[in-house]
Amino acid sequence: MRGEKTHSVRGLKRTYRTGSYEVHALRGVDFELCSGELVALLGPSGSGKSTLLNLLGGIDRADGGEIWFRGEELTRFDDRALARYRRRHVGFVLQSYNLIPSLTARENVELACAGAEGPIAAADALELVGLRPRMDHFPGQLSGGEQQRAAVARAIAKRPELLLCDEPTGALDSRAGVRILELIERCSVELGAATVLVTHNAAIAAMADRVLSLVDGSIAEARGNAPRRNARDISW
Amino acid sequence: MNALPILQRKLLRELGRIAGQAAAIILVVACAVATAVMSFGVLRSLEQARAQYYERCRFAELFVSLPRAPESAAEAIRRQTGVEAVQTRLVADVAVGLAGVDDPIAGRLLSLPERGEPEVNAIVLRRGRWVGAGVALEVIVSESFADAHGLEPGARLSVLVGGRSREMSIVGIALSPEYVYALGPGMIAPDDRRFAILWTGRRVLESALGAGGEFNDLAIRVKEAAALDDVARQVEAVLAPYGAADVHGRERQPSHAFLSAMFHQIAGVGRIAPAIFLAVAAFLVHGVLGRLVESQRQHIGLMKALGIGDAAIGWHYLELVLVLGAIGIAAGLAAGTILGHGLTRLYAGFFHFPNLSFRHDPPSVLAACAVALAAMAIGAYRGVRAVSRLAPALALAPPAPPGYGRTWPERLAPWGPTGGTTRMVLRHLGRFPLRAALTVMGLALAVALQIAMLFSFDALDRILDFQARSEASDFSVLFARPLPGAAIEEAARWPGVLKAEAWRMLSVRLGSGVQARVVNVTGLAQSATLRTLLDADLVAVPVPRQGLALPGKLAALLHVGVGDSVTLQPVGSRRTLELPVARIVEQYIGLDAYMDLDALNALLPGDPAIGGTDLAIDPARRGEFLRALKGNGIVAGISERSAVLASFRDTMLRTLTLIVSFFVAFAALTASGIAFSSAWITLSEREREFATLASLGFGAAEVSRILALENAILVGLALPLGSVLGYGLAWLVAQRLDTELYRVPLVVSAHTVAIAVLVVVAATLLATWTVARRLRRMDVAAVLNARQ
Repeated sequence: MRGEKTHSVRGLKRTYRTGSYEVHALRGVDFELCSGELVALLGPSGSGKSTLLNLLGGIDRADGGEIWFRGEELTRFDDRALARYRRRHVGFVLQSYNLIPSLTARENVELACAGAEGPIAAADALELVGLRPRMDHFPGQLSGGEQQRAAVARAIAKRPELLLCDEPTGALDSRAGVRILELIERCSVELGAATVLVTHNAAIAAMADRVLSLVDGSIAEARGNAPRRNARDISW
Repeated sequence: MNALPILQRKLLRELGRIAGQAAAIILVVACAVATAVMSFGVLRSLEQARAQYYERCRFAELFVSLPRAPESAAEAIRRQTGVEAVQTRLVADVAVGLAGVDDPIAGRLLSLPERGEPEVNAIVLRRGRWVGAGVALEVIVSESFADAHGLEPGARLSVLVGGRSREMSIVGIALSPEYVYALGPGMIAPDDRRFAILWTGRRVLESALGAGGEFNDLAIRVKEAAALDDVARQVEAVLAPYGAADVHGRERQPSHAFLSAMFHQIAGVGRIAPAIFLAVAAFLVHGVLGRLVESQRQHIGLMKALGIGDAAIGWHYLELVLVLGAIGIAAGLAAGTILGHGLTRLYAGFFHFPNLSFRHDPPSVLAACAVALAAMAIGAYRGVRAVSRLAPALALAPPAPPGYGRTWPERLAPWGPTGGTTRMVLRHLGRFPLRAALTVMGLALAVALQIAMLFSFDALDRILDFQARSEASDFSVLFARPLPGAAIEEAARWPGVLKAEAWRMLSVRLGSGVQARVVNVTGLAQSATLRTLLDADLVAVPVPRQGLALPGKLAALLHVGVGDSVTLQPVGSRRTLELPVARIVEQYIGLDAYMDLDALNALLPGDPAIGGTDLAIDPARRGEFLRALKGNGIVAGISERSAVLASFRDTMLRTLTLIVSFFVAFAALTASGIAFSSAWITLSEREREFATLASLGFGAAEVSRILALENAILVGLALPLGSVLGYGLAWLVAQRLDTELYRVPLVVSAHTVAIAVLVVVAATLLATWTVARRLRRMDVAAVLNARQ
């Protein structure tokens, strides 16, 4: 269900330097993202998939190449413009749930919606992920699966144009994991967000519209899943 | 398994990683050790210099002054039990003239025995020779006075004594243990240019004062200090036929008393300030080590899993803290030594000792080091205990998320601040209340310490204000002997005099029950305008027509209040009178009673008389006035009010500025250390939260604001608390300095509080800014993806 193009990535490079030691995390990556599309980044550890996700989300800076977002070159944004981009357009769901422990589930969602245009009410977002009854609980009072669902609610409440999910099921058992994947799938469809899902699990990649396989910082293979599998049918 | 060398390598690397916190801890420990080393070193140096000086000069334990008594009375005293040695002397307050110097110079002329050195209260001849025997007009002058005027043996000066001016030759320059801190008559601080101590042969003074075979001053050494009171009673009894004598021990000998008050003050600073700094250091260690252990749980688990024992790992962390303590101690020893030398040099300018150099006080240096290390260990206790108790399996797993809840301000005022970041800050502070309380306390102590030090300037201003309001005269002239009231008219005709007001001063023994003090009572005319009595609010009050006006301190010492009676016995008289206390007045320096001039004259036998005059003069004719009075036989001494105040102000500012600046700097370092450590711990603990906020689109400035808000709340609580504590500490300091010599008014100005507050706010801002810069450089992606 591809919509209009949101992101264009051209020749994207990222190198990490530790003293005299260099790691080429991305060696020139090209691809495009469209709204409503779910793209899986598949690859082994160290292949560059998380780096690519971080660059798309504007929490890291490229050393070469370009990322365009709706006619603007993201790679030229200063820190303030990147912060604004993240606040308005990007939702993150990470393996570590990264909820603010001193805020309740609802407050975590409200915090993310500050400054967003037409966000979903925090209670409705938590309803969507099935957490409404526990929305006034603090993260320390929630299970891992519940915390990740709260993280999904926080990511989608602002109606992001880009939903970035980095190994969102990595810390969960398969049942809770499937539930998270179902939520991501549903949000991607219902909100029309371009969704990028980083995984090293080929079974999970099957739920994406497209799968980009990364090896050693380059896209080794780009393929479509036709038809893609429903999240609820996935198991590992 | 010999794992320690590796752990020590790890230790060095840890030190590198926490360089900022380590520096804060080192600095605060250094402040503590430096203060202790400096204070106790200076104290020991001064105490030793004084003890050696006293021993060398056979400094008296008992001092007696009286109008006159024959040598036979001294013989009787020598025979009393417990008396070791007695030196009889003649002492006179004189006016000194130096060629080319118009300023009035007060002098105290003391007799030296005709043969040999004084048995008691010897002097140290620094240059020249002793005075010759007989009636040769030779003097030895005090070194400070000689140096102030560049006088050497061979120079000449005139001395107005016994109503006659005498030209005398300086043959020697000397120091005396009686004048280590030398205050001339009417002076409130030493003024080496205007006060000379002079020694001449006994026969010269006997002839000048017409006192053949008599003495008016005794210095007595006793065999055992414990017998002092008994000896004093025996001396009083022997001298009773010659009128009330002022018999007192060293505690009321002005120089000794001033030195003792100063020692007391230095010892106080040496005890209190390091304790405050070490408490802060222990708190910093507690926070930094606690955080370090928390962030290294998995390293600890791994070390344990590798078989390194609990004790070895616990010791590793304790060692880290002790290394910081040791570096702080080394820095403190160096700084304390430098500051000690500086302070000793400063004191050498006021205190005239033959030898005064800075020496360490080894027991207190050792104690300071031991207490500093103990404070480090106490601060480390919880962290080290946590390390030892952590089971390997638990340590390897991530810690349970901290349990948060709504804070009481939110529960009480749900309509209150609703911003997510504000809530985060409040809940975080509420989650760790002890830490927040200790941080607030530490910052409050930094404010308090400064107020307790800075208020000295307010007190000084108050004293100067008091002096300015109570004394409006330009000069005060002491007559050589009581003169008839008409003498005031002659004084009014001196060149340049605009106004002359009479007074009479009498040395009396005031008593009430068992309490008694020898003080001066000054009789002032009802019409006096050049000298005014002030109450505690510094409001002018009239001289009581009947009865005495007593300073509050003297009233307290005598346990009397308004309406009570006191006994009054003029020194040298056998008559005892009873007078009511009519008024309590304020007085910061000295203990002087006041009464109506006519009432005072009525108490005394003979015709009414005056003892001196306060003068207002035309400033343009000052030189003419002083030249006219030079050599005038009725003048025994002149003091110039502006010079008295200037020397007091300069003396106080010279000592205060160094010590106060030093403490303000230390307080600023402490506040920076606390704020930096608090912000660093917040950053380190909540890095992931801050990275999450960044991923949600919060800019670096917005995230930094959380750190700033947290520190602002802590500082906001600390400032009022610190101000109150500072007032309390200033009260303690004022209490400690409350002596018969002087009182320190408890005045804390808004200016003082503002400086203390600004220093702490600036230090906190700087510390927060430093940590916020680190926040800006945070690798958001790395933090977010790190294993929780």
